[in-house]
Amino acid sequence: MVKPQLQTRKLNLWFGKNHVLHDVDLSVYSQKVTAMIGPSGCGKSTLLRCFNRMNDLIPETRITGDVLLGDEDIYKNGSDVSRIRAAVGMVFQKPNPFPKSIFNNVAYGLQIQGKIRRSELEERVEQSLKAAWLWEEVKDRLNQSAMSLSGGQQQRLCIARALANRPKVLLLDEPTSALDPQSTAKVEELCLELKKSVTILIVTHNVAQAGRISDYTAFMYLGDLVEFDKTEKMFTVPADKRTEAYLTGVFG
Amino acid sequence: MKTLKEKLFQYITYLAALFTILCMLAIIFGIFREGLPLFRVVSLKQFIFTNNWYPTHAEPAFGALALIVGSLAVTLGALLIAVPLGLGSAIFISEIAGSKLREAIKPIIELLAGIPSVVYGLFGMAFLAPLVRQWFNLDTGLNVFSASIILGVMIVPIISSLSEDALSSVPSNIREASMALGATRSETIFRAVVPAARNGILCSVLLGFGRAVGETMVVLMVAGGAANIPTSIFEPTRPITSTIAAEMGETVVGDLHYQSLFALAILLFLITLATNLIAELVFSNRRR
Repeated sequence: MVKPQLQTRKLNLWFGKNHVLHDVDLSVYSQKVTAMIGPSGCGKSTLLRCFNRMNDLIPETRITGDVLLGDEDIYKNGSDVSRIRAAVGMVFQKPNPFPKSIFNNVAYGLQIQGKIRRSELEERVEQSLKAAWLWEEVKDRLNQSAMSLSGGQQQRLCIARALANRPKVLLLDEPTSALDPQSTAKVEELCLELKKSVTILIVTHNVAQAGRISDYTAFMYLGDLVEFDKTEKMFTVPADKRTEAYLTGVFG
Repeated sequence: MKTLKEKLFQYITYLAALFTILCMLAIIFGIFREGLPLFRVVSLKQFIFTNNWYPTHAEPAFGALALIVGSLAVTLGALLIAVPLGLGSAIFISEIAGSKLREAIKPIIELLAGIPSVVYGLFGMAFLAPLVRQWFNLDTGLNVFSASIILGVMIVPIISSLSEDALSSVPSNIREASMALGATRSETIFRAVVPAARNGILCSVLLGFGRAVGETMVVLMVAGGAANIPTSIFEPTRPITSTIAAEMGETVVGDLHYQSLFALAILLFLITLATNLIAELVFSNRRR
């Protein structure tokens, strides 16, 4: 089997006294789409945020176990959080473009990384917008505010913004839950295209969405990783009763 | 019976609002009625652009340039001090301090706004001016520099609390987006949060400017009072407001001097009106 791009080993996480993740062992394979499903509060978003250390921002967070990006333990003492976050792109539930121009939104991550030639910057912005299927719609108005875009366009702009850093992994936290069906379909198709070059880990509330786009699915329940398997397999013959109950809509 | 009470209540609030507007109109009408006749004798150009304020001479002159420059000098000086202090503390309160520290610091800074301006003036005269005189080896510590400092500290709370509102109302998902792209906390503050709050911050600076330009007691007590265009920040000056306050007692109702002070009041009113209008404009554009 291929080597995982992301991996957790015996990962436990506490917010204060609240034990949110229990002994999670998860592997996310390179250039695949892995979906995380489960009822609200099961810890799937928290797990997602372990992969780019966004949980660090929440006070009183405690983590034990390993989180590996390739071979690197990203929670190792002295690791460069900024570099890790640049290497692991993230897209959030609600589109959150900066109130800046379309161009400057995509350029943001690159400008943070340090000095970059204008010509190179323009090229990378164009590449990223093309990769997020937004270029044709915005190429004539790169200097307009990102706020003038529709919700679906804003979300694809956020994807382009994350891609500009050329990440190895893209974390998507319920990226379509605030979008209309058409925009949702477009983002889903985009995921299938993007997985050719980047590993995708997506949290979704929408079981059908997981079925449509993911190669692997992880089902989480009350902080446990209950089941992890090829999507095809899990959706036809789930190994755990809880998975079956969730997939068939008994709870959720 | 109940509807009558309701009606009466609505009527009373309506009258209160109406009365407030009437007061405003009365003030505007008053200063224009008393001030405009000056311009039958002195041209507007002369009034604003010549530097010879001799209202009580046998041949009086009413060139207010020195007073205008004085006002602008102490106000800009005050902003140079208040903007970094105010914005700095706003950033600290909104972005860096934990909630406990925030609750402790905010009211203290706001307390600065509650100190009467005459107390600021007293402090400037008694403590700051002698120090300034010693440090820089001057004839007097009552000058543009001292007045700017005191005035600056006085408007810090305006800039700080309004900027802090603007920073706090930047949605937290903007900060998340920035951090997730690899930005550090300070990069996030300066490249994402402050730019997103730009209009609110600009607004706070404009309102601070309006407050400083209209402040009277501090400049009357600390700016020194010489009606000359200052050639350095260590020279005394006499802003528009001090001039009105200091000279009104010497005038005879209706004479040219009296009218000239009202003309200064018109000028001051127009400056603050313009500042407020621009601030209003910036504020209403905030969400774009």
